[in-house]
Amino acid sequence: MTREKKTKKIDHIYKYLPKSASGISGLDEITQGGLPTGRPTLICGDAGCGKTLMSIEFIVKGAILYNEPGVIMAFEETGQELAMNVASFGFDLEQLQKDKKIKIDHVHIDRSQIEETGEYNLDGIFIRLNYAIDSIGAKRVVLDTIENLFAGLENEAILRAELRRLFSWLKEKGVTSIITGERGNGMLTRHGLEEYVSDCVIFLDHRVIDQVSTRRLRIVKYRGSVHGTNEYPFLIDEDGISVLPVTSLGLEKQVSYEKISSGIPALDKMMGGKGFYKGSSILVSGTAGTGKTSMAAYFANQACNDGKKCIYFAFEESPRQIVRNMKSISLNLEKHVSKGLLRIHASRPTLFGLEMHLVSIYKAIREFRPDVVILDPITNLITVGGMSDVKAMLVRLIDFLQDEQITVMFTALSLNATVSEQTDEGVSSLVDTWLLVRDIESNGERNRGLYIIKARGMKHSNQVREFIITDRGLDLVDVYLGPDGVLTGSAREARKIEEETGVALRDYALNAKDREIDRQRKTLEAKISSLKNEFESAEEQLNRIYNEDILRKQVLSKTRDQMTKIRRGDEETGTAKIKKSKNEK
Amino acid sequence: MKNEKKWELRLYVAGKTERSVTALANLRKYCEEHMKGQYRIEVIDLLEKPQLAEGDQILAVPTLVRKVPEPIRKIIGDLSNEEKVLVGLNIIPAQSIIE
Repeated sequence: MTREKKTKKIDHIYKYLPKSASGISGLDEITQGGLPTGRPTLICGDAGCGKTLMSIEFIVKGAILYNEPGVIMAFEETGQELAMNVASFGFDLEQLQKDKKIKIDHVHIDRSQIEETGEYNLDGIFIRLNYAIDSIGAKRVVLDTIENLFAGLENEAILRAELRRLFSWLKEKGVTSIITGERGNGMLTRHGLEEYVSDCVIFLDHRVIDQVSTRRLRIVKYRGSVHGTNEYPFLIDEDGISVLPVTSLGLEKQVSYEKISSGIPALDKMMGGKGFYKGSSILVSGTAGTGKTSMAAYFANQACNDGKKCIYFAFEESPRQIVRNMKSISLNLEKHVSKGLLRIHASRPTLFGLEMHLVSIYKAIREFRPDVVILDPITNLITVGGMSDVKAMLVRLIDFLQDEQITVMFTALSLNATVSEQTDEGVSSLVDTWLLVRDIESNGERNRGLYIIKARGMKHSNQVREFIITDRGLDLVDVYLGPDGVLTGSAREARKIEEETGVALRDYALNAKDREIDRQRKTLEAKISSLKNEFESAEEQLNRIYNEDILRKQVLSKTRDQMTKIRRGDEETGTAKIKKSKNEK
Repeated sequence: MKNEKKWELRLYVAGKTERSVTALANLRKYCEEHMKGQYRIEVIDLLEKPQLAEGDQILAVPTLVRKVPEPIRKIIGDLSNEEKVLVGLNIIPAQSIIE
């Protein structure tokens, strides 16, 4: 699969310059295909920087992966020594020699045995090399370290002329060759070999910064080809050399719309309801003791609960410590570990250099193929490398993880609040989501406030939420907005109580008022009825007067009638009628 | 018998170049002068037998190798400097040059 890819790549570049894949992981990416085919390449560097190993790996990988036999002409070590040295990387030189895939020719130079007199040339080496190349049909040649000739032979003028001839001969021969050379004073090599090898020069460096060593590789020049010009860290481990290029310089990555829960529902809600994007990077920063690790553990736990795989790289605590500590917030990580869903890698940052860390992370990830990766905390890595180194490492890591669609959560310790506002390890600009857990100090107590500083591609809440850690786990408390802003901790509780009291009082007051109204209504009603009664009695009285009046009028008119009648003559009937009516009344 | 085995010399050359011819001529001359009858010269042309170059660790041509007596000594070049050759072959002690 990978090989197919590589051949394709080479075909594409073939128009410009044919390249031979080295098979060294990472190197072919930097050189965009490998070393120039049919030309010599110089690998130089200090003692112990890995020149010999790199050149041997080139030969071995060539023989095994690309079916290109190779010749190693060793000026320093014998074939047996070489075989022994590289056996630990799984290279079986003996077997390869038997299979006629490679040939090792050890050139021994002992000055005490050699006397020079008169003119000579190095045809001996040419003949040996030629013989070795032809005997196995070699396509690749390594001369390690040809500079030893300078120690063995006196006549430098001849030597230089001969070297020039050797390199042009190698080109004619069409073999892809590597020449190694030790770094000299102010020069790439002690004897200025770079003067002869001008097609491709790779410089290896082995630096010790703060007692931690880092190997670096740089392509000084590569004629006729574009190449990465940076210093790339590389390391030597049980599989040989791995160079760590920034895997893709472009930003053409797959993106996912899938979301992955943070394990804290309230936090998910703050980010639009579902959590982080799959394959994104999340930075959780905060001062000491703000619950960064707990948050990371929650995320890991959630991932495992969802049946996803997770690797937890711990730089501060041991796996057991983490498991124990998380139990205190009712998080059972142990069951995930035993199920094989969770793997906790703990290592002290000072154990080895940054690159080694990075590669061990790469390796663990490649092997375990997790969905979620947690690094806790990245700040500790600063003890191993400078800020810029750490950043460079994290860029690489994020790049790699994005390629693999792995969601990563970093935690970072910020020493004080102001630093956290800037960038943590300079990665804040790289990450997709940045959560900040911050101490909010007021009223003599410390509370945690969580906010989302950024969340690319998501609607997210701008609210500072109080973040609590209890026996039952992590949670975000509902926002409590007081007159002076968000209230936290006991102030929040106090406010709550205050408000509750207020409600009770108000309720009570309302009741009292209701009753009062009731009473008033009753009084009013009573008044109304008494008034009514009064009115009725008054009315009655008035009616009575009125009736009396009418009666009186009637009676008066009757009597008047009678009187008239009497006066007219018919008094009896008239009088009788009046008497009668009077009696009736 | 003993005399015959005293010096066993091997001259490696690459083809019949002017230099290799000179070297061989020089060598013959010195041997005749200093160890007549006690030497044996073997000339190996590496163009014909390249596989032999590795065995004696030949880098340069021409190379004269003193196989016997031990230890092995090598003299490279066209052997034009008689004294150096003789010292190299341990025929005359090194002091004589200094003196």
